[in-house]
Amino acid sequence: MVRPQDRKFVTADPEKCIGCVVCEYACSMTKEKTYNPTKSRIRALRLGPLVNLAITCRHCEDPACVAACPRNALTQEENTGIIIVDEEACDGCAWCISACQFGAMMMHPEKKVVFTCDSCKNEQDGPQCVKWCPEEALTFVTSDVLAQKARISAVKNLFQEAKEKKAENK
Amino acid sequence: MYAYAGKILRVDLTTGKVSTEPLSEELAKNYIGGIGLGIRLLMDNSKPGTDPFSPDNPLIYVTGPLSGTMGPTAGNGYAVVSKSPATGCVGEAKAHGFFGAELKRAGYDAVIITGKADKLSYLWIDDDKVELRNAEHLRGKSPYQTDVAIKEELGDYYIRVSAIGEAGEKLSRIACIINDEFRAIGRTGLGAVMGSKNLKAVAVRGTRDVNVANLEGFKEFVKMIHERMKGPATKKYKTLGTPENVLVLNSLSALATRNFTNSRFEGAEKVSGEYLNEHYVKKIVGCATCGMRCDHIAAVSEGPYKGAISRLEFECLWSMGPLCGIDRLDAIIEAMKIVNEYGMDGISIGVVVAFAMDCYEHGILTKEQTEGIDLRFGNAEALIALIHKIGKREGWLGNTLAEGVARAAEIIGGDAYKYACHIKGLELPGYDIRTLKTAALGFSVAFRGACHLRNGAYAPDVKGKVNRFKIEKGRGKMIVSDGNLYNIIDSLIVCKFSRGTYYDGLKDLANYYTLATGIPMTAEELDKAGERIENLARLFNIREGKGTRKYDTLPWKIMNVPVPDEGPAKGAVVTEEEFQIGLDDYYEARGWTKDGVPTVEKITALGLGEYAYIVQGGKA
Repeated sequence: MVRPQDRKFVTADPEKCIGCVVCEYACSMTKEKTYNPTKSRIRALRLGPLVNLAITCRHCEDPACVAACPRNALTQEENTGIIIVDEEACDGCAWCISACQFGAMMMHPEKKVVFTCDSCKNEQDGPQCVKWCPEEALTFVTSDVLAQKARISAVKNLFQEAKEKKAENK
Repeated sequence: MYAYAGKILRVDLTTGKVSTEPLSEELAKNYIGGIGLGIRLLMDNSKPGTDPFSPDNPLIYVTGPLSGTMGPTAGNGYAVVSKSPATGCVGEAKAHGFFGAELKRAGYDAVIITGKADKLSYLWIDDDKVELRNAEHLRGKSPYQTDVAIKEELGDYYIRVSAIGEAGEKLSRIACIINDEFRAIGRTGLGAVMGSKNLKAVAVRGTRDVNVANLEGFKEFVKMIHERMKGPATKKYKTLGTPENVLVLNSLSALATRNFTNSRFEGAEKVSGEYLNEHYVKKIVGCATCGMRCDHIAAVSEGPYKGAISRLEFECLWSMGPLCGIDRLDAIIEAMKIVNEYGMDGISIGVVVAFAMDCYEHGILTKEQTEGIDLRFGNAEALIALIHKIGKREGWLGNTLAEGVARAAEIIGGDAYKYACHIKGLELPGYDIRTLKTAALGFSVAFRGACHLRNGAYAPDVKGKVNRFKIEKGRGKMIVSDGNLYNIIDSLIVCKFSRGTYYDGLKDLANYYTLATGIPMTAEELDKAGERIENLARLFNIREGKGTRKYDTLPWKIMNVPVPDEGPAKGAVVTEEEFQIGLDDYYEARGWTKDGVPTVEKITALGLGEYAYIVQGGKA
């Protein structure tokens, strides 16, 4: 049994992401054998030149999308946290889309059922967007590691600041 | 067809009629896409002598074969082609960002826009659905404000918009078209053609698949280019960016300063790429599908221009900096920002202001005529004030300068022509071509007017491959081969910043093309296509009465004012004699007559036989 904090998902570093959408193309190429961002499981957003981020499913604990589905078409895989869509049961009502705070649940333009990131579970080397990201802004990590990284950079910043203050006082 | 959409859209703004027609594989292979296909469509869809502002002048949006694919840089490009109101010749420019991919996904290789809307309008292309919508409420708005407003109005954040600003609406001949905030169809005044059609913007949503012929092979090719983009071929663009040129050119006495008076700038350090990156660049972002990233986003955090933010590249930094004698980057960033807001060519605007400053310093423009602006070289406030006037066409001076330097010099009269630095009506880019003479020759023969991107002729000079202080036999050949290559780059709409990643040049590009389209292509065929495009553009210019030897000129200062600065460049000037030798050499290398006209044999060999009437003085 995998603990929730050990589940991996794809996340973008806002410091590094430049909104180039290579991830969208890599995703649609891998999953749909075509180039079409509207069929990508990850979407990048540029709200301004300095505000860029790619977003996909974060495999939430107690996922709102699953809870919202009136037809029990969505289930969460125990070990991976991946949201599985039963394409027979889904009727495209989009309640899960409104429920997801990340916009990570999307309507497939042709199948008319929802789709989301499955962490490229059928690919040997994991999520292809991570592999293709030219900025190394995307990582496939657990929430535990994300927390560790945040702590490390917080501590580094603190000590950097302390050093600079010391230097100023000299 | 693979990669191509296989379809051309026609829109008549006068009648509102919309139709589509197929793109033939023959046309696709012979003209590739981008400017090649665009120039062919311009030739076939316009009558000789059409005024650029006539409703009959077609404004042609073209994608490339790779637009919409994952191809780095080429995946996101588009071109616009029309008869230029600045030059009366072929007008063309390319832009990257996100718009081009969207247009391809909507299902079009080209959109031919003719006619004139009865009120300010925008074209809304939603896959198959094409609609002309009211844009009167967007009058005077910047391209970016227009972009935001249209997205809001249509309710989709992922719509892409290509729009003009106030300068285009007011038919400024230096107006450009901008997509994705600061990506410009910059040169040759195409924003004014759009304005003349009462067309404020083209908005697109494309949701179709773009499929390549050989997905596995294409994927491997793209992976290889991504790897190469991490290496030395793109290092300049990823680190200091093109502003690195400031100190490089200054050290070569090739940094045109104070409207091509000096070739070195004493303030170069303060406007260098090094200084810019250390003090102003906040982030380097990139276009869709590109693994390179080059967009240096500069922001001013203090002083009178606090809050100014813009992308900044060498050419515009130069035109509004050293060329105007200005050594303040904060003012240059502010200037760049407002130039984008009015929607003007960032190279031309600086050359226009520098021209006015030169006239003012020589007493040709009085303080009365400048309405009190002290237009001395180096006056940053004057630069900003004048840009506003030109963008709005405000007053006599703003109105005159909005016409570009060539026409402004005619209006001002007297000796003003001596200070108008243009070729064929297009303002010079950022190289002092008195000390880079292969570039001087290359710029003079470029079909869209003074341009460093039609044949890259500055490269052999800057890299020390030739004696740059001299034009001699042999230069013509260099310009020919690079000219053909650049035509292909602009027809595939590959970003020129990435040109170094195609280690095998045309061979790599031919392979890239075939993997995407499935259409067999060799390096030789591509080179021939590049030559075909060059000849076709020349034929268009001849048809419009501006394509012969007497129009391949250099600005007065370049041929009459020697470099005054001490050093190896002192006294450099292009002489009439060497220039004529250069023209002869170039025409010979092209297989053209002494008058610079393609021969019937040449035209026929390139499959352009149907246009032989143009050089035979007859009618179609």
